[in-house]
Amino acid sequence: MCASLAQADAGAPPATPRLGVTPHAHTLTTRDNLVFPDGRGLPPGSGTAAMGRTLFVQQCVACHGESGRGGAGGELAGGNPDLTSAQPDKTIGSYWPYATTLFDFIRRAMPLNAPWSLSNDQVYALVAYLLDVNGIAIPADRLDAATLAAVRMPNRDGFRWIDATQPAAPR
Amino acid sequence: MTLGPEPPVPVAGNGLLDRRLFLSNALSFGAVASIASGSVTAAVPDEPWMREPGAAFTNYGVPSPHEKAVLRWISATAMAPTNGVSWSPLHELDGILTPSGLHFERHHNGVPQIDPALHRLVINGRVSRPLEFAIDALLRYPRVSRLCVLECGGNSNAGWQQKPIQTAAGYFHGLVSCSEWSGVPLRLLLDEAGLEADAAWIVAEGADAFGMTISLPLPKARHDTLLALFQNGERLRPEQGYPLRLLVPGWEGVVNVKWLRTLTVSDAPVMARNETARYTELQADGSARMFTFEMDVKSLLTRPSGGMQLDGPGFYELSGLAWSGRGRITRVDVSADGGASWAEAALNEPVLAQCFTRFRVPWQWNGKPCVLQSRATDDTGAVQPTRAALLAARGRHGYFHYHAIVSWQVDADGALSHTYVDADATPAATAVDPFDADW
Repeated sequence: MCASLAQADAGAPPATPRLGVTPHAHTLTTRDNLVFPDGRGLPPGSGTAAMGRTLFVQQCVACHGESGRGGAGGELAGGNPDLTSAQPDKTIGSYWPYATTLFDFIRRAMPLNAPWSLSNDQVYALVAYLLDVNGIAIPADRLDAATLAAVRMPNRDGFRWIDATQPAAPR
Repeated sequence: MTLGPEPPVPVAGNGLLDRRLFLSNALSFGAVASIASGSVTAAVPDEPWMREPGAAFTNYGVPSPHEKAVLRWISATAMAPTNGVSWSPLHELDGILTPSGLHFERHHNGVPQIDPALHRLVINGRVSRPLEFAIDALLRYPRVSRLCVLECGGNSNAGWQQKPIQTAAGYFHGLVSCSEWSGVPLRLLLDEAGLEADAAWIVAEGADAFGMTISLPLPKARHDTLLALFQNGERLRPEQGYPLRLLVPGWEGVVNVKWLRTLTVSDAPVMARNETARYTELQADGSARMFTFEMDVKSLLTRPSGGMQLDGPGFYELSGLAWSGRGRITRVDVSADGGASWAEAALNEPVLAQCFTRFRVPWQWNGKPCVLQSRATDDTGAVQPTRAALLAARGRHGYFHYHAIVSWQVDADGALSHTYVDADATPAATAVDPFDADW
């Protein structure tokens, strides 16, 4: 017994019971919710800023303020966009490096009282509206997977990775 | 007549004494005079609890009712009370372990009440075989136990404010706690799933109503990251991620995803909201630090500390906590003259990497106003900076990773308050509300 333990310590791969099972297709679908900066993970659907404005007034303005200019929830637009100034405002337009993050985050976390309640079309619409109030042009009137992935945010290159290796090419 | 001991000689300014004084004093405790005993009736103790049976056994013990003031202090946004923090009362505690019920909390949308029988961990993405694990299955895997500090990246961020915040030490610095964690090394499950050649990151998702999502570089995930199932000997508390959380030793709290649900192996970070819009640090030049995972070397005196009151001149033990996400604390120095001179503190064993280290130093207070500080050094050689040095290096808008030397002002009447020893002449910062939990 002791000898076999010693052998295991000497470099053999640790024994495990290997109890992982293949997930059901439904499980895999419900765990496939990440949206990456290159657009991977964006679902079908589309929305416009006008649709998004209506939704924002209904579901978001109580916390985020008129046109997303701040309230109990985060300040999403407006303020002072100069990040080198004495009082910078880190809004979507001034600070967020990727527009895809908006889709990923709104879908999973907003509104706080009912996450996962918005349809994909509604999330696209809200993202379109939030880009619009931040003065960020989108390539077409309707935001969808292709047009959202093509949005380049003003502060995309404003970040330096500290404890991870940053790719040399701009992402 | 026996002569008393010679008065101890200070080793640094303003009454700091040699840390070895504790050892020499301890030796003198051997001879305790016995009190002459009289008749049995005369010896009846005054304490009523010695003259009747005590309370019955309990299935799960709780603190004395006399300690009911030792609590986490909750700070949440009014519009969204499920989004906020609760602070560990570090100023009320001793030793290095934080009781599980007093471990700090940071929740973004409440504490999910999870039935472990219904919870599944899924590993998907760039793997040879997507895998699903029930909690009962994970409980059969080999485990590792370790003491480990866990600190929110936003801890102590009131330090960026221009005026020193006046609150108890734990309600300013207590988004850090230390526990013994037990769990399954993540690499065992990653190896079972099999990593594809371009695997470089792991994206972890929590099963809370925020879908907390964070990206973790694969080397750290394979090195010492645990899938924690136990905290301080018992299964995780719900507010610490029951039934399963990531434990990423030494790295900022937000990556230690609670209620762990999915691990997606990927070639790149997902750039989630909490690794882009939040938990990044805007610098004076307009750039921002990102993926600032390691928690810096840090310390503070917890006893005495801000809001406490000394009982007049005389002997006190100065005691506090030091830790570093990068390794082991090698030295803590304490000053009683605002940093003009320093005395080395005694480090209470055990002294472990990425763990609270308790330090102590004896002090003779002369009754005059002074400033108490501590300064930690870790085994990478990193030294806790002054506040002025930190502001010079990082600007005023970083919000996260504040780890400067903490200064407590002692007034002539013995009252302690938080102070800054450096003149704060830099331009006005954005008003940072330390209790705005929108991190």
